[in-house]
Amino acid sequence: MTLLEVNNISKTFPGRNGAIVRAVSDVSFCVEDGEVLGVVGESGCGKSTLGRSLLRLIEPSAGEVLYEGRDIIGLNRKDMKSVRRDLQIIFQDPFGSLNPRHKVGHLIGEPLDVHDIGSRTQRLEKVKELVEIVGLPQNAIDRYPHEFSGGQRQRIAIARALALDPKLIVADEAVSALDVSIQSQIINLIAKLQKRLSLSIIFISHDLSVIRHVSDRIAVMYLGRIVEIGPTERVMANPRHPYTHSLLSAIPRVGEKKSRSNLSGEVPDPSDPPSGCAFHSRCPKVMDICKQVRPKLMTHFTDVGGEVACHLFDK
Amino acid sequence: MRLAPASLLSIQDLWIDVGSRPVIEGLSLSVKPGEMLGLVGESGCGKSVTALAIARLLDEPPMRIRKGHVFFDGEDVLAKSERELEQLRGNRIAMIFQEPMTSLNPVFTVGDQIAEVVLLHRQSDKTAANKRAIELLSRVGIPAPEQAVQKYPHEMSGGQRQRAMIAIALACDPELLIADEPTTALDVTVQAQILELLDDLRQETGMAVLLITHDLGVVSQYCARVAVMYGGRVVEEALADELFSKPKHRYTEALLKTIPASNQPGTELPAIPGTVPPPGARPKGCAFHPRCAVATEICLSSMPELINQTHSFRCWNPVE
Repeated sequence: MTLLEVNNISKTFPGRNGAIVRAVSDVSFCVEDGEVLGVVGESGCGKSTLGRSLLRLIEPSAGEVLYEGRDIIGLNRKDMKSVRRDLQIIFQDPFGSLNPRHKVGHLIGEPLDVHDIGSRTQRLEKVKELVEIVGLPQNAIDRYPHEFSGGQRQRIAIARALALDPKLIVADEAVSALDVSIQSQIINLIAKLQKRLSLSIIFISHDLSVIRHVSDRIAVMYLGRIVEIGPTERVMANPRHPYTHSLLSAIPRVGEKKSRSNLSGEVPDPSDPPSGCAFHSRCPKVMDICKQVRPKLMTHFTDVGGEVACHLFDK
Repeated sequence: MRLAPASLLSIQDLWIDVGSRPVIEGLSLSVKPGEMLGLVGESGCGKSVTALAIARLLDEPPMRIRKGHVFFDGEDVLAKSERELEQLRGNRIAMIFQEPMTSLNPVFTVGDQIAEVVLLHRQSDKTAANKRAIELLSRVGIPAPEQAVQKYPHEMSGGQRQRAMIAIALACDPELLIADEPTTALDVTVQAQILELLDDLRQETGMAVLLITHDLGVVSQYCARVAVMYGGRVVEEALADELFSKPKHRYTEALLKTIPASNQPGTELPAIPGTVPPPGARPKGCAFHPRCAVATEICLSSMPELINQTHSFRCWNPVE
């Protein structure tokens, strides 16, 4: 069943000298019950803005977000508050999202207080249970965030996100700031909890190897738009969009020979994106039409899953 | 004490403290002329402190070099006067860092910042220094270098700023370039461009590069030799192919196994338990023992010596 349906969501910001920055343009996708959707892209592609817009932490400029069939964009504060119980987010830097003046037990239990759930004793029980399932020691409850390492702090943030038994979690670069040896612990934890609680997760990361590991489907973003979306296995084995292809080949992998990037230049300024297909200025396979007409994200192949926005596959 | 002439840089039994806490605990490492050596480790292992110590850029105090030697081209950097050091830094030893924006001066043009180095270390006039700046920007792949010299750092993208930093570093044809996480802040497609540039420059100029990174993939692809750090020491050192295909130290082995790229999607990653111990809280014996799956009695009490051979490691129970 579809848990979240995103239709034509856009977010613009005022830029310098009256310019408009289109951080997210016309993005549509679905997230199924218990599915992990990976969103990958380079800095400035709009992946974080997208994640925040879905929860209305940033108010989207246009489009709709249907949660269990109901558009949440127009909801008033009170109705939105009840929806927020089901939709949670974990950020990259757990130190920035955890109030240093509060004890861990308070931080984890705070969502329960805000939503006035259970009695004091029940809340404490719930906090203890959360501490347990994210693998923190029980005495963590009476300690402060600064006493914990980066990985442990991310466990606290996860426990807090789980407090209200959400159905969907947006994980925004949730493992990106962690050391290699800690990253795998947190990836395992998220994967374990996802299965155990049948969570849906939108896993946002710049790191394609992490995305590949955790996601059922992958959406690749470039300059505010999804350029390719499809089942992980297919996207990784048979990337169709030239950008996905370049992203894949640019990752340096242990034991493989040099990954030569076939891309020149950098991501263009989102306040002044190239005409037509925004990737055309860097695309090794650019054609005339790419400079004029923006390709639509659509199914081109019946044999493989997913959609691509690229003129190479025009019939 | 003299060093083997085969090394351009040779660090021998270096100990560095921050206040009373040891950060570097007997580190030995050598870099040969013209090679790219990868120094890998996680945060808190002391890799950046090592980089700063080579150029004597440590904040002393609170940092203090307790003992050891850092030989550069046969001479001990630790015994040099500030004046002698100034002739080394930016000239024979150059450095680039993770975030070029904090290393570049925001109120001077990029051209001025390159020319400054040339004027400082070379007999040169302003016109010649400016010409050199244009030449260098062109060499590091910045388009329209004649215009780019006039730009301020904030007018450039992240990748271009890192290229500009590299141009400054190259200004005096250094023999050693220390690159401390030079691509960590960059996008993956730009990262590949910068690493290729460094590698091309190394081959062209014959300078040695000490590439400091946490990314095993980067090291595997660009470095001929690799040293792995943990707890303020080099725990394993070998040719890259050898180290990645047959790691000896249990930490290196665990690190290679845990990265998502080495695993089937969706499977549980072979995680390393616990956390990297920060300086001052490192356990006795082998610093990795509390996280090691095969630690024995001896690992708790003493640290094995680094045997100096082509594949050296400090481990009581190495991978067979």
